[in-house]
Amino acid sequence: MAKSAWPAMGDRTVLGSRVSRLDGPIKTTGAAKYAYDQKLDGMLYGRFLIAPYAHGKIKSIDVSAAEAMKGVEVVQIIRNVGDEFLYAGDAIAALAATSEELAVDALDAIKVEYEILEHQMDDTTVDNVSGRVRTSEDGDVAAGFAEADIVHEGHYGVSPITHCCLESHGQVCEFKDGELWVWPSTQNVSGYADGLTKSSGLEASKIHVDCQVMGGGFGSKFGADQWGNVCTELAKAAGKPVKLMLERDQELMTAGARPSAHADVKVGLKKDGTITAWESNAWGSGGTGGAGRLQLPYVFGAIPNSKVGQGTIRTNRGSQRAWRAPGHPQSCLITMSALEDAAAEAGIDPLEFFKKNLDKLDVRLPNAENVYIEELDIAADLIGYKDKAHPRGDKTSGPIKRGLGMSMHTWGGAGHPSNADVVINPDGSVAVNCATQDLGTGARTALSIVVAETLGIPMDSVQANIGNNTLPPDNPSGGSTTIGGISSSSRDAATNALNAMFAKVASGLGVAADQLEARGGNVQEIGKPDNSMTWKKACALLGSNPIKGTGAKPTSDGTKLDNSQVGGCQMADVSVDIETGVVTINEMVAVQDIGTIINLKCAESQVHGALIMGVTYALYEEAIYDPITGKMLNADMEFYRLAGHADVGKLTVHMMQTEEHYSRGVIGLGEPPVISPGAAISNAVANAIGVRVPTLPLTPDRVLAALA
Amino acid sequence: MKAFEYAAPGDLDDAIAMLSDAPGDSAVMAGGTDLVTSMKQGLVSPNRVVSLRNVKAINGIQEAGPDLRIGAATTLGELLGHSLVADLYPSITTAVKGIGSPQLMSVGTVGGDLLQAPRCWYYRNGMGLLADDAGAANFDGDSMAVEGDNRYHAIFDNKTAQFVSASSLAPALIALGANAVVRGPKKAEREIAVADLFRTPSSSDEREHVLKGNEVISHINIPASGAKNGTYEVRTRQGLDWPIVTASVAIASSGAKVVLGHVAPTPWVSDAAGKALGGKVDETSAAKAGEEAANGATPLSHNEYKVTLVKVAVKRAAMAAAAHG
Ligand SMILES: Cc1cc2nc3c(=O)[nH]c(=O)nc-3n(C[C@H](O)[C@H](O)[C@H](O)COP(=O)(O)OP(=O)(O)OC[C@H]3O[C@@H](n4cnc5c(N)ncnc54)[C@H](O)[C@@H]3O)c2cc1C
Repeated sequence: MAKSAWPAMGDRTVLGSRVSRLDGPIKTTGAAKYAYDQKLDGMLYGRFLIAPYAHGKIKSIDVSAAEAMKGVEVVQIIRNVGDEFLYAGDAIAALAATSEELAVDALDAIKVEYEILEHQMDDTTVDNVSGRVRTSEDGDVAAGFAEADIVHEGHYGVSPITHCCLESHGQVCEFKDGELWVWPSTQNVSGYADGLTKSSGLEASKIHVDCQVMGGGFGSKFGADQWGNVCTELAKAAGKPVKLMLERDQELMTAGARPSAHADVKVGLKKDGTITAWESNAWGSGGTGGAGRLQLPYVFGAIPNSKVGQGTIRTNRGSQRAWRAPGHPQSCLITMSALEDAAAEAGIDPLEFFKKNLDKLDVRLPNAENVYIEELDIAADLIGYKDKAHPRGDKTSGPIKRGLGMSMHTWGGAGHPSNADVVINPDGSVAVNCATQDLGTGARTALSIVVAETLGIPMDSVQANIGNNTLPPDNPSGGSTTIGGISSSSRDAATNALNAMFAKVASGLGVAADQLEARGGNVQEIGKPDNSMTWKKACALLGSNPIKGTGAKPTSDGTKLDNSQVGGCQMADVSVDIETGVVTINEMVAVQDIGTIINLKCAESQVHGALIMGVTYALYEEAIYDPITGKMLNADMEFYRLAGHADVGKLTVHMMQTEEHYSRGVIGLGEPPVISPGAAISNAVANAIGVRVPTLPLTPDRVLAALA
Repeated sequence: MKAFEYAAPGDLDDAIAMLSDAPGDSAVMAGGTDLVTSMKQGLVSPNRVVSLRNVKAINGIQEAGPDLRIGAATTLGELLGHSLVADLYPSITTAVKGIGSPQLMSVGTVGGDLLQAPRCWYYRNGMGLLADDAGAANFDGDSMAVEGDNRYHAIFDNKTAQFVSASSLAPALIALGANAVVRGPKKAEREIAVADLFRTPSSSDEREHVLKGNEVISHINIPASGAKNGTYEVRTRQGLDWPIVTASVAIASSGAKVVLGHVAPTPWVSDAAGKALGGKVDETSAAKAGEEAANGATPLSHNEYKVTLVKVAVKRAAMAAAAHG
């Protein structure tokens, strides 16, 4: 009988190999149909009128001229007279028209008088903290600093950034025969309909959701949101399909941001590098939302004698949303920078320093100290640490200074509850069905790999069906939980299907069903290839009825296939032109443990993507708000700078793949590798130029200011 | 978007005849990479758009005696790929290379690059070229660019306008002494220095260049001078981005010319820097020229760093010019 436990490391066929993602070709040729590409007969185009000021009230709103325009089918007021709005970009009204151009013209025809109220934009100074202040204290902080030979004090900050999904938020929907069909861009296929029940007036079971491919979510696309509901209401009122996807400026202003974070930090060290105390006073802003919770000191949470405080600044910006590893990149930057600065003040090599203090880890990763040591050593080897490392401040002549920096991170990543079924057809073909979503991470490909591995058949015999809420439900993709969830449920379903098949074909091989295995395209007596039949032939014995195995996480035989808790470290090699302040990445090295790897290629590309995103927020990316108008000044793809290929340097990824890691089970990878780049790059820049550039992104003006 | 008429005649004078001299009433379109974006954003809303795509006469690069004659509708890619240009004018090639993207190389044009509208984020957000549109907020000051976030704004000549001239090709052409052939109605033609195309508007009725609505640049003439030349750009990203500061330097036997980009509402000629370079460029004179170029800068609240960048860019452009040929 087949068991759901993962095969022994030496006994895998496709599992853990490098498999190109199945939807790669349709994405690169443009054949893939995103929500944005849906074009239904008679479809109307929805648009929002957005607030031009950061804070205000509606004095009057007149939509009659827009309503009178031919081709404008529905106009909806969202903020009525007297209603307040809290940020520029907030929705005031919406409409649907027969063309995009007409929709834009109709928005112009809406007359609104605003009462402008005061706004608060600055989140860089602690004086503006208004929200609740959390504090906690451990040990004896005064004694810890008294014990120190070196007390380092510094300020560290991370500017707000947005999610900047290349496919903006929104959906296309159509009411037909009393039911609703929706094509959203979502990280939550199974749960999306729940958010539309009110606006559609339908039960979730009457709402059909389909999202085959999507262009980025990063934590900002869990719900139907205002735009999904408004789109639904417009479609209902018009009796026609409506497309409503956010425009780029609105996307950047309203559809998700990562909170800023700032901290004044004090670190106590002994001469030998032992950390004796930590004190931090942190604050940040998530716009109209909360600022999230920082974990300070990060990773080194067991530093004795620590005192931390965190306050919130309310600003008139769109609310924050979960951004890939919420709170971690900011906490990591603040901690690793402050510790590295302290080590530099003590004249201690940072690699030696971080290793020395690994007894102060507070992470849930088992055997963490050794994992980090091993990973730091591998990263050091890969980046050429021995040859390239130098004390703070590159002393070579000329304006180009080179430096190395490092950082460590941690993440959970346990699998979420998930359901799948696997159907074996009499013609030998196989389908795996799961209402999960593929955010570009390779979820679809992973399902195929797991099922092909389990059934001992080639991947091209397996059709993976995802992205539709009629399939067995899966959970939203957040917290790096998807791979642990869907690999468990699909492995379970495939195992159950296989065992049901064994029961039907065992007599054909003259052995009991529990004596069979499937491998190499055959069904055979365990360990006896002589007594076998081909997969096709075995399937033909099923008669006219396909076999269906259902599976879930947790699995039906109780085997735990996933796990949680990872470490990971990264090193950066940068060059800084100290005359212009321009920072160039030479190389980023990422070493990541992640348990059982389903698809090595997708795992590596997940890390590549994280490094690129990391270079972006470390060097370029920043949501810039005008102090006067409170508008986002760079709600475009021009001054809202994302790294391009020429900017990211060489990316070196090393996945930990020993027996020990493999045997842990499947753990999510979406978040951990995006945590460290900011800190590693900031440390490398400090190492190169001899001073800390306190706030990300490290733009020329900031670098030159630090050098001045 | 307001409905507009569109025509793409094959003859330049026919095209000009279709244009109106009233500001904003009509628009010339070359590659459209800036114009169409501006129309979509409602920054301009012409009643008529006249495309130059079929006007063969203003396409391509010719050797006119010792001079080079570049059609205004020549694409940036063509300019970049031209071997004579690469040999004689590395300052141009560097500037075009910096623009970068394959899409812009294949449709963006020389004329369009020169006359692209400023990137000032107050302007692009609909708050006026002088960033003084009071309707944009309860703002009654003179300029949001003065009182707000001006990290990318002008550090010279920034009293009435704070945007920066967006073209990185213009400084290179001006340093080389290039002229623009401007054609108007009834075959009227005048040749003016490229530098004279630009002006700092003194009121919101004025634009950043001097052309009338029915005047078109037909060619750019670069006189043969044998000048050694070079450009240095300070860029945050390698591509899809405008530089923060650029400097173009041309050194002829008669003297040196230094022109800065992205530091003033127009390309910014620094005579003092040119003088400091004289005919002999070395590390010392290059550094001195940088200092001279930065003299007289009037940085705003957030762009003092651009003064530093001017010094470096001039020094490096001068060294690049010295290394030419
Ligand atoms: C992401 C990005 C990065 C960029 N980076 C840079 C950079 O680093 N440096 C740089 O210099 N530019 C840069 N650009 C600007 C780019 O070079 C211009 O958009 C392009 O060159 C404009 O050419 P076009 O033919 O498309 O102009 P169009 O959009 O057709 O025209 C632009 C303007 O010029 C007018 N015009 C065009 N041709 C003529 C003519 N012959 N006579 C009279 N008026 C004319 C039009 O009426 C219009 O007002 C960048 C653009 C983008 C999108």
